[in-house]
Amino acid sequence: MHGYLGIDVGSVSTNLVFMGEDGNVKHSIYLRTQGEPIKAVQQGLQLMQAALPAKTKVAGVGTTGSGRQLAGVITGADIIKNEITTHAVAASNVVPGVRTILEIGGQDSKIIILRNGVVADFAMNTVCAAGTGSFLDQQASRLGIDIRKFGTLALQSTAPVRIAGRCAVFAESDMIHKQQMGYAVPDILAGLCEALVRNYLNNVGKGKEILPPVVFQGGVAANSGMKWAFEQALGMEVYVPPYHDVMGALGAAMLAREATNRKNTSFRGFDTAERDFRCTGFTCNGCSNMCEVLEIQESGRVLARWGDRCGRWSNITTREEKIS
Amino acid sequence: MKVVYPHMGNLWICVKAMLEYLDIEVILPPPCSKKTLMLGAKHAPEFACLPLKLNLGNFMEAAEMGADTIIMAGGCGPCRFGYYAQVEHAILQDLGYGYGLVVLEPPEKHIGELITKIKCITSNRSWLKVIDAVRFGYRKSLAVDELERMAHYARPRELEKGATDRALQRALRDIANAGSPAELAAARERAEQIMHSVALDRQRPVVRVGVVGEIYTLLEPFANLDIERKLGGMGVEVDRSIYLSEWVNDHLFMGLARKARSSKTAKRKAVTYLGHFVGGHGMETVGNTILYAEQGFDGVIQLLPFTCMPEIIAQSILPKVSADLDIPVMTLVVDEHSGDAGMVTRLEAFVDLLARRKHNGRAVYRCTVI
Repeated sequence: MHGYLGIDVGSVSTNLVFMGEDGNVKHSIYLRTQGEPIKAVQQGLQLMQAALPAKTKVAGVGTTGSGRQLAGVITGADIIKNEITTHAVAASNVVPGVRTILEIGGQDSKIIILRNGVVADFAMNTVCAAGTGSFLDQQASRLGIDIRKFGTLALQSTAPVRIAGRCAVFAESDMIHKQQMGYAVPDILAGLCEALVRNYLNNVGKGKEILPPVVFQGGVAANSGMKWAFEQALGMEVYVPPYHDVMGALGAAMLAREATNRKNTSFRGFDTAERDFRCTGFTCNGCSNMCEVLEIQESGRVLARWGDRCGRWSNITTREEKIS
Repeated sequence: MKVVYPHMGNLWICVKAMLEYLDIEVILPPPCSKKTLMLGAKHAPEFACLPLKLNLGNFMEAAEMGADTIIMAGGCGPCRFGYYAQVEHAILQDLGYGYGLVVLEPPEKHIGELITKIKCITSNRSWLKVIDAVRFGYRKSLAVDELERMAHYARPRELEKGATDRALQRALRDIANAGSPAELAAARERAEQIMHSVALDRQRPVVRVGVVGEIYTLLEPFANLDIERKLGGMGVEVDRSIYLSEWVNDHLFMGLARKARSSKTAKRKAVTYLGHFVGGHGMETVGNTILYAEQGFDGVIQLLPFTCMPEIIAQSILPKVSADLDIPVMTLVVDEHSGDAGMVTRLEAFVDLLARRKHNGRAVYRCTVI
């Protein structure tokens, strides 16, 4: 079997997708990054290899997410792409004709507007992380609720409580207040979903024309309460695709398929998982910028360096990277 | 008297030339770095914008090197920057630094007011010499701006990665080292030759992006995380809406040099959307976005320091301009963060979007690939 590997290294989760020639997902893996992207990628590769039939051939690799450069270097990616583009690519292949993508991940949230199959506009949260996955996680654990039951509980609500949504700090103190007044947990959770959706639409979706079909993806899309709240606020159906939590990786795999057209992959093999990678940081004393340079080594050999402003270190190993 | 002034991109080249022409000793603080920001952020009010913190850091670093007099630009608009010279001076006094202060402000009525301020520093040197010095500094700013424009053109087209930046550094050094108007003319020619020697692929398709916004964040690469170089590396030809020489001509000479590009055009353009002065460069930001759209640029990026009021006003108007004139606009807010991953992601995605629009899906990814 031939196929393409997509790797999305985000701040909270690292996802891998193996996509067949036909564009279908053969296997997907969702891991916690836990601050160690290299380990997460290696672990993901191991799990992926174990899950795929022995004769599987990887014809291309794409990486995305905030750790895309790192993942790209260690796996030998054919394409390294930002998460906006990969999410848009994945959604428009899974839901042809999609015009709005709502994406909420662990640390960031974004909205992507597509018209006629191309990205026309996008926005990411800038200075506030309210409404992202980590905030929901935190609130769920504060209420002692399993995050996976959050959605079903919220949907049991009959009268959602109004919670201030402009700021995560306000939201939390408002929630505690309402909880101490005696409101039922499902009503508080539903109110929280509504507040976060309001926050998202006001901050990230500000001034954007949201037209159907609307796709909701990212880790938070698993929360049926959030889907319900979006549908209430937008007055239209919101579609959550089956692989909503790995859409970035899926998009990267799709782009890898295109990047390796009539070209051999530079994938370094599944045994990347056993190799010894080491990251060391040092401060360059070349000038007063004192850049923190990061060096990735594989068994003593330097693979890449980055973090310097002037290119003194990074140029030595710069790989030819195709842009746009 | 040992004079210091804050960094703002290549401003130092021009001011240093002007002051040294008058035999005034200049202390040049090290370029803005993390240390500068750390010092500034520690002592500045938390809610102040990034420029104040960096200025303050510059002054503290310069004090270690022996500087005793601050020269700084001021202003009298609604933008807080107008008071930064006084505020920074007061903070420094509280910290025990014994700095003198000279604020160069846009003259209210006549260019003579500026000359008087300069006299505080130049004491008994002749007026003629002072005017000559100002002219010398201005000439340098013209030369520097020209080199930067050439770099903006060359960067996305260079054959060897980094060649433009190396050439620009060498060329700027040449301009900075010129000690007299006669030397400057020769240096300018040499510098332009250096820039021309960068091997280019002129056929390469590039996208053109106009960068608008607050002047300090536009001019100081440390503040904007080197956005011009980053964009250049992604194959983008950048045009900056404010160049130093234009600002000097508009605000300090009150438009004395008639041939230079002036912010007046931009302000007139802005009137349809924003009818009056809102401080800082709010009107220019709106107006220049319109100008870029009319000139066929592919997109516009607005830069502002977090909490910048004039730019926040412009930011809320830009979506309307963007929709009316069909030009994508993205706003980037800069503050104390030095990690640039978030910015690179946004820039990359924005450039992807522009390239796809420009080439109408040809030769670049369409979203539907399977």
